Amino acid sequence: MASGSSDPRRRTLTATAVKIIIAGGFGVGKTTMVGSVSEVAPLRTEEVITEASAGVDDLSGVQNKKTTTVALDFGRITINPELILYLFGTPGQDRFWFMWDELSRGALGAVVLADTRRLDSCFAAVDFFESRNLPFVVGVNCFDDGYRYTAEEVSQALDLDPGVPMLLCDARDRESTKQVLVTLLEHLMSGSDDLAASIPFAR
Amino acid sequence: MTGRHEAWFDEAAGPLVRPYAVTGGRTRSDTLGLDLITLVVAMRSAAEAAGMEPEYGRILRLCQHPTSVAEVAARVDLPLPVVKVLLSDLIEQGHVLFRTAAPVTETPNKHVLQAVLDGIRKL
Repeated sequence: MASGSSDPRRRTLTATAVKIIIAGGFGVGKTTMVGSVSEVAPLRTEEVITEASAGVDDLSGVQNKKTTTVALDFGRITINPELILYLFGTPGQDRFWFMWDELSRGALGAVVLADTRRLDSCFAAVDFFESRNLPFVVGVNCFDDGYRYTAEEVSQALDLDPGVPMLLCDARDRESTKQVLVTLLEHLMSGSDDLAASIPFAR
Repeated sequence: MTGRHEAWFDEAAGPLVRPYAVTGGRTRSDTLGLDLITLVVAMRSAAEAAGMEPEYGRILRLCQHPTSVAEVAARVDLPLPVVKVLLSDLIEQGHVLFRTAAPVTETPNKHVLQAVLDGIRKL
């Protein structure tokens, strides 16, 4: 009954949307991963942020506000008529860090996509989600020309908390991306056991 | 920006071309708290939308089914802040319903997580 009524004036809106963040360094395959499971070709929207110049962008005392346009790529999975899942890729460049707060607010969780050729490019994402207490899993995208490390080696290199799931994946492959998302959801549910006790019918 | 701007344009305004001309220069629409995944749905049919200002009409046609603010923005190819302003106008005029996502502080409940998990497995 969410929509589709013949009389638009009698429509109601009971559907809800949730989101999962796909994070990682520039060029690691975030949009590819989104596209591999999205029911629509990845969409792009532009957020425009006005921010006071500060920090690394501080031009020695020049306090002008500046406007920055950040492109966000995302995809959609209609779980059922009442529930839509959106997958948002984070902007890859470090200078767009300020967008991460808005993106991750209200997110179910995150996938940190790692590239073994440039493992350091995902340190920042790991730190960010740890500091925000947003649950995440790490997917190690296996590029054809990337050196194949074991999941344990990558986990050590990233100094991950032992509870953080990590798996090898191929962001181009639908089944592989599904497995990453399933792992994230299972991780989220294992962490919500305390909560579940207070909710009838949970499991 | 305070007060309502229901009639910021008239016939003399001419074609609406620039994103911020579309919004009458307004860039802020925080009062409704529209977010990337706030869902919107049109309360007017696509046919009724045809008689409206072009950008409003396009948005109404795009959200005949529940659609996120981000998706509307991507499909009308206007920056997100502009689309938020236009959607706010449509909401205030009763042409669009909106529903924000769960409050930030609310931990997603297990029903939702289970439904998402089942949905992904079925893909």
